[in-house]
Amino acid sequence: MSERFHEVAITVNGEEVRERIDARKTLVDFLREDLALTGSHVGCEHGVCGACSVRVDGAVVRGCLMLAVQCDGARVDTIEGVTDTDEIADLQQAFITRNALQCGYCTPGMLLAAQELLACGGIPSREQIRMHLSGNYCRCTGYQAIVDAVEAVAQARAGAKR
Amino acid sequence: MKPAPFAYARARSVAHAIELLGTDDARLLAGGQSLIATLNMRLSEPALLVDINGIGGLDRITVENAHVEIGALVRYAQAERSIEIARAAPLIALALPHIGHPAIRNRGTVGGSIAFADPAAELPACLVALGGEMAIVGPKGQRVIKADDFFKDLFETALTPRDVLTAIRVPAARADTRVGFAEFARRHGDYAMVGLAACARADGQRLANLRLAYFGVGPTPVRARNAEPALADGDIEGAVSALARDLDPPDDMQTSSAVKTHLAGVLLRRVARQLSGAPP
Repeated sequence: MSERFHEVAITVNGEEVRERIDARKTLVDFLREDLALTGSHVGCEHGVCGACSVRVDGAVVRGCLMLAVQCDGARVDTIEGVTDTDEIADLQQAFITRNALQCGYCTPGMLLAAQELLACGGIPSREQIRMHLSGNYCRCTGYQAIVDAVEAVAQARAGAKR
Repeated sequence: MKPAPFAYARARSVAHAIELLGTDDARLLAGGQSLIATLNMRLSEPALLVDINGIGGLDRITVENAHVEIGALVRYAQAERSIEIARAAPLIALALPHIGHPAIRNRGTVGGSIAFADPAAELPACLVALGGEMAIVGPKGQRVIKADDFFKDLFETALTPRDVLTAIRVPAARADTRVGFAEFARRHGDYAMVGLAACARADGQRLANLRLAYFGVGPTPVRARNAEPALADGDIEGAVSALARDLDPPDDMQTSSAVKTHLAGVLLRRVARQLSGAPP
């Protein structure tokens, strides 16, 4: 079927959503405009800034470089979802404690990218943290506080496991 | 910006994809990490996108007959985790962390990088340095094209609009294989200003079968054919001087031709160390 509109079923933050979608709609626009999940932000719209980061089947992707229609049958998690499950509550608290955000535009994407690194386990070096967050622009903080926050959470989680 | 309207179809098989690509102005969609950006910016307005992500069997990595075969739908992140690639394709393993950012590598595909053929991309140069080849299926059946003959011009390859790249193949590394990779980018993960992929065989104090493939310096990966014999004989500074005859990089928005040529020499010295087996 080569059509412009497609019926899709996507599990968004644990709930199944059925919608008829225009093929040209990007995943992040679908989440924001059709589902009112505005935590994922639209920045550069060509994959450079990372503000639109969401998780598709567990992997962080650019919400602007994937079409919503491609997510038929997929599991999509947004910042709203991982906030509700408390998966990153410690990371969010560390961002607040260390002033790792100012305007907040990059923060949802930054948190999802950082959580992907932290989920690998262990305590990444500051250099590894910077490398992993290299695809997420922040124009306020200068990154230092963000790296501090991620490092602190890595240490705390590793300590909690012992 | 938002893409112009287009129709969308999921290919069920390679044959089905080729059939769908018969539609006027159809484009093949794999990882989409370059294509969807160009759609968003309306640099491209195809009538139909043919999504090949659902085709089974194109995401395998296999080592057999002294070759590593990487399916076109293997994503960079998957390749980074692959023990086969780490062991048998060490040049590609070195290059992978430089490709985009983690979120791009979760989605972007090996085949997409080769088929799109961005002149500043890492994998096309690796394929040229390794003397690899591309497995292609088109309306008239299968064919194999060597990397040396594949990259034709700026974003232009041996693929026709109805071809599907199904896999790439490179010779598996042996005990005497030596590889090197380095690049300069403004920000880690951005396209390189200049980069270099190299492969050779250790032969006593010499390097045999040395291939130096630069990227970001011309419309396609560029072999440094004058520098190669000098470096093979261990004459690093002679090789750096020879680059002036090998490379004529165009100015771009970030970097002048003179700076690129200088950086190409810096990269050559670094890669020479890697090829000699010294720690990077």
